[in-house]
Amino acid sequence: MSDDVYIVGAYEHPTREAPDKSTMQLHAEVSKGALADAGLSKDDVDGYLTAGMPEYEHGFAPLIMADYMGLDLSYADSTDYGGSSYVSHVGHATSAIRDGKCDVALVTLAGRPRSRSQSTGTGVRKLRTFQDSFERIYGATNVPTYAMAARRHMHEFGTTSEQLAEIRVAASHHAQYNEHALYRDPVTVEDVVNSRMIADPLHLLDCCVITDGGGAFVAVSEDVYEELDRDGVRVMGHGETPSHHDAGRIDLTRTGAEQSGQRAFAEAGVTPDDVDYASIYDSFTITVLEAIEDLGFCEKGEGGEFVEGGTLRAPDGALPFNTDGGGLSSNHPSNRGGMTKVLEAVRQLRGEANPEVQVDADVALVHGTGGDIGTRHGAATTVLGRVDR
Amino acid sequence: MTDTWEPRPVPEVNPETEAFWRAASDGEFLLSACDDCGLVFHYPRSLCPDCFSEDVDWQQAAGTGTIYSYSVSESVSGWPEDGLPLVIAYVELDEGPRVMTNVQDVDPDDVEVGLAVEARFVPTEEENVAVPVFVPAE
Repeated sequence: MSDDVYIVGAYEHPTREAPDKSTMQLHAEVSKGALADAGLSKDDVDGYLTAGMPEYEHGFAPLIMADYMGLDLSYADSTDYGGSSYVSHVGHATSAIRDGKCDVALVTLAGRPRSRSQSTGTGVRKLRTFQDSFERIYGATNVPTYAMAARRHMHEFGTTSEQLAEIRVAASHHAQYNEHALYRDPVTVEDVVNSRMIADPLHLLDCCVITDGGGAFVAVSEDVYEELDRDGVRVMGHGETPSHHDAGRIDLTRTGAEQSGQRAFAEAGVTPDDVDYASIYDSFTITVLEAIEDLGFCEKGEGGEFVEGGTLRAPDGALPFNTDGGGLSSNHPSNRGGMTKVLEAVRQLRGEANPEVQVDADVALVHGTGGDIGTRHGAATTVLGRVDR
Repeated sequence: MTDTWEPRPVPEVNPETEAFWRAASDGEFLLSACDDCGLVFHYPRSLCPDCFSEDVDWQQAAGTGTIYSYSVSESVSGWPEDGLPLVIAYVELDEGPRVMTNVQDVDPDDVEVGLAVEARFVPTEEENVAVPVFVPAE
């Protein structure tokens, strides 16, 4: 038996606003969709992973959902470090399958922040963590803290708002071909830099969307994969790290992608040059820029120049990224966009992306940045490979 | 200058941080210093985050530093109107640690990376709790 693990089911909920559904219902609907895509049934599932139901602000999500969906499990995982969680789950599911803890791992995301009018990123919510008393009391929510990262990057390397805008421009170019994208109109650099300032230097169009919805994927052992008809993608490598304030030595221009990327590339036996398509977490434009540098697609500080001139645009750019429109233009369900990053990479490797943005891809990179690069964040990188049956 | 911190979120005091907030109410910014490895750090913790020593003492900071980075928000949901625009910054203290804070008593257009700043302490309705903020150095 080989140690190979495959993602074989993938499903993104078409909704972007779901006032009439419960979060549990969305988890179940995407589960059904991903299992159907794989050619599996609910009874085949023996592993379940989810970053939970953050809107309810409590844990126990695998218990709640195993109960709701009637799952019979030998493995469960509720890792949540924000948006990168679902990229982590690829690695965790792979390890669990290799360890023989389960053979069919279902991974689900669902949430309804849009219907609940959650002011993600700018709302001063109640203090929850120890660190909140030293950060959130100052109004430090995600937009102003990511904006500090952008400011420092600009200060050290001369990065401009126009260069950051290129990232949104590329995402919006891709979103026009995605019938489910929240925003389908292509935008220009001028549109981005002239949009309302949210937290200087980040504009409205530097920020991701807030959407309801969800997605799911199914990872399986080689034995299970061989019984199925559907094309899958192979998990080639994975790495992750929580990165943090480091006792006051935080460097706002660097992220945990430096470590997670290196680990994933080493395990996969590939380099950034081998990557044909990249799903890169895009909570904000600066999130993408720093990840591109830290993953090694260019030198630190040169990300601004790198993204100019359509580098990120599919199908012809040197590094086509987020061809579904990403979190910036299409979907960021439950504020945990790592799921949709995985799903679009699977589509690309299977040749099922929207035709206008389909890349001839053998190797795809998925990178998640969760939490807050201005304070502490999860970084997770996965390398996926095309498999031809 | 803001007279009191309310209605902004007031820090939650725990046994590890009580001395920090009490010192702030006396006009002092306390850092943590490890007696074993020498690390000076923020926010306060009982165990050194470098060497895990429990021999951690308080060290009074000079209360001066420079702006490492900052952002300016015109609107923050749940934040009082008279506190806007809000400047959130990391100040790099002269002792080393980069600490999150607000920069006040300054036109946001005049804030820049590298600006020299000094600490002020805004009282809260809790007698022994004040919040450190920074203003341009005199």
